[in-house]
Amino acid sequence: MSPEPVTIAPDTTAPVASVRVLTPAGVLGAGFPESTIERGMSLRPDVIALDGGSTDSGPYYLGAGQPKIAAAAVRRDLRVLLKAAAAAGIPLVIGSCGTSGTDSGVDWVAGMVAAIQQEEGLSMRVARIYAEQEASELKQYLDTGRLHALPPLGELTADVLESCTHIVAMMGHEPIVAALENGAQVVLAGRATDTALAAAVPLMKGMPPGPTWHASKIVECGGQATTDPRAGGVLATIDAAGFFTIEPLSPDAACTPTSVAAHMLYETVDPFRMREPDGTLDVSGASYAALDDRIVRVDGSRFETAAQYTNKLEGARVAGYETLSFSAIRDPLITGAIDEWAAFLRRTLVSRVEQTLALSPDEYAFDLRLYGHNGVLDELEPDSDHAPREVGVMLLVNAHDQATATAVAKIANPLMLHLPTPDMTYLPSLAFATSPAEVERGPAYEFVLNHVVDSPSPTSLFRIEIEEAADV
Amino acid sequence: MSERTLGDLTHEVRSKNAGPFWVTMELFCHDEEAYRIAAEESGLDEQVVGRLYRVDPAQVLIFRIPSLNVVKISFPRPLSQGSLRDRDMHAGQHHVPLALLPAGRGGRGAGSAS
Repeated sequence: MSPEPVTIAPDTTAPVASVRVLTPAGVLGAGFPESTIERGMSLRPDVIALDGGSTDSGPYYLGAGQPKIAAAAVRRDLRVLLKAAAAAGIPLVIGSCGTSGTDSGVDWVAGMVAAIQQEEGLSMRVARIYAEQEASELKQYLDTGRLHALPPLGELTADVLESCTHIVAMMGHEPIVAALENGAQVVLAGRATDTALAAAVPLMKGMPPGPTWHASKIVECGGQATTDPRAGGVLATIDAAGFFTIEPLSPDAACTPTSVAAHMLYETVDPFRMREPDGTLDVSGASYAALDDRIVRVDGSRFETAAQYTNKLEGARVAGYETLSFSAIRDPLITGAIDEWAAFLRRTLVSRVEQTLALSPDEYAFDLRLYGHNGVLDELEPDSDHAPREVGVMLLVNAHDQATATAVAKIANPLMLHLPTPDMTYLPSLAFATSPAEVERGPAYEFVLNHVVDSPSPTSLFRIEIEEAADV
Repeated sequence: MSERTLGDLTHEVRSKNAGPFWVTMELFCHDEEAYRIAAEESGLDEQVVGRLYRVDPAQVLIFRIPSLNVVKISFPRPLSQGSLRDRDMHAGQHHVPLALLPAGRGGRGAGSAS
């Protein structure tokens, strides 16, 4: 038997005293104990909101338009959350779908939602909000002085926009509110600010922006603001009187004034002020108090509306092609002189590449990493005076095409197998980790945008498509 | 390495990317006394951080937060995230030079020596 379609009345006129937001995890697909959702739903949240992505793991995901998290892990979390939202008749809001929030990322999650709805006999209305941008349209903003750089990047030129494989704009809460007001029960947003997802329903229901944005920042990493980040997510209650409270979903974890206040430090450049599309959250006057041993109340969060509404852009482009090779050294005669050995390898490789491939050093690039010695910090390593027991030697080659990158790595192969130190009188054999030693990485990507657009309206850069209820 | 380091004053030192173009790090000090030493401007300032991480001191931001006994430092990433020579994608291991810095006025001396 098909269940009745769930109805949600997003009535923005009826005043409410408070709005509760459940965030089950820092990211969709990270996993959470199902018991924490059962407990969270018993606290009667008004919305389930969570993030589906981030730029955290580097430019590949946006550049290639590929998700980071395994489909099976995303599907597992989605199934639990869709069933919980449907049973309670509350909306589910997911942003930055598919890691980078490209259009294909939104469709990837939407495809899983449709399949789960079919399998579970659910019929919630799904909205997709697309955030991807055309370089040609952004050029009009650039030409009219409505596209600005954020530090540390400088002014933009049109060819940088055109070189990007994908460009997304980060939406605020407004497109999500628009989708909910038009009857969406599941909102699958492209790139969005982490906070906009949790902020949408409280702001739609008239909660004050200061505590709403502050609470949304605290919940965005799930259990990170608790004493046990692995125990599951959190529930924030934003109160119309101008404060919010926060508690973990797991009864065994706690929020303390320190764990909540300290979360404003996490991954932020400035721990007191945070820019959103429509203004700036200022928590410099916030106070944190324990209501009991696991719930914290926060007062004094302020929000200043900006004179100009802006959406931040993210863009990535191909920056050459890479081939990787990995060998290892255990012989103390070589590890004891590892810097000399590495310098000898660099010199020999440059000269052999010139001799065989007729490439000068400015026609390709390589990084030789000595893991176990200074592989992580390189020249910033403060403690590289003693000889390492073993060294992993990673060679990463970048060239304008894959064949050239691999050719350079293959020229390096005999050196990474047999190169002695300058004063050894015989050829050692070193420990390759794999056969073949070379791994083609494909295109390498780089982030090239850290800019904002003066948007004509909060929804003008985004396309909202609302589907009819699934046919079950 | 018997000299007391900034890391010795803390229960955690961490670093992390803050978006693709910035890195941020925090010293979570044991108590007010440890915080007072770590936060001392004669020991740890923009110049010391600039030398330690080879970045322009004018772009270094330092936040001293006595209510949490935390010193937080942010600066633009010298190597863009994911580029050929970026060896720490999440900048999650870059707190170590800071943690190994001698505490108090010694920080300035060690920074100058490098």
